[in-house]
Amino acid sequence: MSDKRFEVTILTHFCKGCGLCVEFCPEGKLYIEQKPDMRGIQAAAVRADVDCTGCLQCATICPDAAIEIVRVEAPVST
Amino acid sequence: MRSGNAGNGMGKKTTTKRTESEVKRVLYERPRALLDVHTHYCAGCGHGTMHRLLAEVLEELGVLEQAIGVAPVGCAVLAYDYVDIDWTEAAHGRAPAVATGLKRVHPDKVVFTYQGDGDLASIGMAETIHAANRGENITVIFINNAIYGMTQGQMAPTTLIGQKTKTTPRGRDPETTGYPLKVCELLDQLVAPVLLARTTVVTPKHVRQTKALLKKAFQCQMENVGYSLIEVLSPCPTYWHMTPMEAYHFIEQTVTDSFPLGVIRDVKDRA
Amino acid sequence: MDSEQPEGKVALVSGNEAAGEAAIRAGCRFYAGYPITPQNELTAYIADQLPLRGGVFIQAESELAAINMVFGASAAGTRAMTSSSSPGISLKQEGISYMVGCELPAVIINVQRAGPGLGNISPAQGDYYQATRGGGHGDYRCISLAPFSVQEVCDLTYLAFDLADAYRTPVILLADGMIGQMMEPVRFDHLPAPSPTPRPWALTGTPGRKRNVIKSLRLPPEELEAFNLKLQDVYATIEQREVRLEVTGPDDAEVLLAAYGTSARICRQIVERPLRQLPFKVALFRPITLWPFPTAKLAELAEKARGILVVEMSAGQMVDDVRMAVAGRCPIELLARMGGNIPSAAEITEKLITLFA
Repeated sequence: MSDKRFEVTILTHFCKGCGLCVEFCPEGKLYIEQKPDMRGIQAAAVRADVDCTGCLQCATICPDAAIEIVRVEAPVST
Repeated sequence: MRSGNAGNGMGKKTTTKRTESEVKRVLYERPRALLDVHTHYCAGCGHGTMHRLLAEVLEELGVLEQAIGVAPVGCAVLAYDYVDIDWTEAAHGRAPAVATGLKRVHPDKVVFTYQGDGDLASIGMAETIHAANRGENITVIFINNAIYGMTQGQMAPTTLIGQKTKTTPRGRDPETTGYPLKVCELLDQLVAPVLLARTTVVTPKHVRQTKALLKKAFQCQMENVGYSLIEVLSPCPTYWHMTPMEAYHFIEQTVTDSFPLGVIRDVKDRA
Repeated sequence: MDSEQPEGKVALVSGNEAAGEAAIRAGCRFYAGYPITPQNELTAYIADQLPLRGGVFIQAESELAAINMVFGASAAGTRAMTSSSSPGISLKQEGISYMVGCELPAVIINVQRAGPGLGNISPAQGDYYQATRGGGHGDYRCISLAPFSVQEVCDLTYLAFDLADAYRTPVILLADGMIGQMMEPVRFDHLPAPSPTPRPWALTGTPGRKRNVIKSLRLPPEELEAFNLKLQDVYATIEQREVRLEVTGPDDAEVLLAAYGTSARICRQIVERPLRQLPFKVALFRPITLWPFPTAKLAELAEKARGILVVEMSAGQMVDDVRMAVAGRCPIELLARMGGNIPSAAEITEKLITLFA
């Protein structure tokens, strides 16, 4: 028995703000920043308050390979 | 259309990291062969997805060190700046001829061309047809976005009827400019090609299918089966004057009417 | 022709066949070409022999495809060649320019015919500018070699591969329909075993090394200018080291004939076996490298000459290089035949007498 969660990381320097990850995420985990970054791009970002289910839709659709996903398993302490 | 590969979809080998009592497994990360650079492609452009799939497939097949790419003239002219393998450029449309020279000298290497619709189906149509007709044992990756992107949006041979471009300002008129050119169906008239398929990258499911087809195309070459061409309907939000999401929907809802998705020929399966 | 030439044996072959045999002996292992007269014997010879001797022959779908297959084969690291005749060489210019931009060696044989346009299939020398001024787009030159006998076709074809390797550039062998089709006794056994230079830049896959990228796209103007300056340095070296010429006739000649290829062959007859006694001494100045043109030697000869008659099977193209080399040291006259006509010894003799007697 283990407790698992998924960590989504946006590699912001590769992101062009196309928004496809936001559209395809079934959980609403991702959003587009309101404020442009130093490159003038409104990059994708991750909501801390929404859980990722690890479906990989966002990483699969991302045209810029700007998303990394890690599964974290923590053994349940007894 | 064949279904995509099973499992987590990306088909990547997962790696395991241990931090204290937690176990971290990478489900998806950038492929090693994708160079650590920002590409020049517009937001939402399909080239980025295809570069990523190319890098993943070559890595998964274990042929990164055997691969030789031929880059086109067009938006993907700088493909060699993004995927970490041996590359050469080719003059506009001549990639299949260059690949022919490379492959005949190095039959044991994995040689592919990466070409757009203007490059492959307009200025380079003779080279395309004859390389296919000779059954050159190469893999052709054909990015069809129905427009000339690099030169700012002129009509391509694959431009849809009625589609507005810089050179069809009132929409493509078949009376004077002909019809969208179906490369896979055209090549299907030839004896030699072994795999001809049309796919797209506009949903995660399609991306997985495209990856599976791309892998199969390279396997055809590695097993000396022969010539393969994978046509990818690819979005060009900038010169379609759409948002990325609109362009993705446009492919699913409209472009596929003119260019139906599917495997047009698969000799390997038939055998 | 027997491909295995015994030591010292002389074979009777055409210029086209001699080029094919010499190329194979020079280590050429890839040839792509497209049918065009008057060079078809060369393609046929290669089609027969190259696959038997470890190489690849491809009849390409076009001249464009042929030169680009050679581009690919050269990028792959092998010695590669194509051949054609004038209209086909025009089509290859794009590929030649790209090969210069990518620093790829190759040998291109032009068995010239008469133009412009489809013209005809008779021998001509109308492609001199194209061969010596670059030919395609951009600032470049190709070494251009001009054989005037079948033996020289053999020797210069072999040399062309070494020069292409040494300077990483396409090299043009500029023959014509007469040189290509005439048969003469030729020796091949003096040609040494080929020694292609190492090609660390070639595309071979990347085991044990960093990747190679072959390209001519250089977007920043500074980068492209730097590359052009590097090319110009290479060209300066070529001009210094690779000039080849032949002077036939007396050292104290008063009148010079200047010609290359088939024209030079006819002029040499006038120097060696004149049709009639001329009232002045004549020598033949024959460039073997059209680029680099033997400027210094011609300038030296012009100092002592009463005049020069340039004989060309064109409207007069090499005559420009002669004028630049001579720079007013003596008068320069031109005998120009076009349309596939070959100047006769009689008409050259007549012209010499009219001009210089």
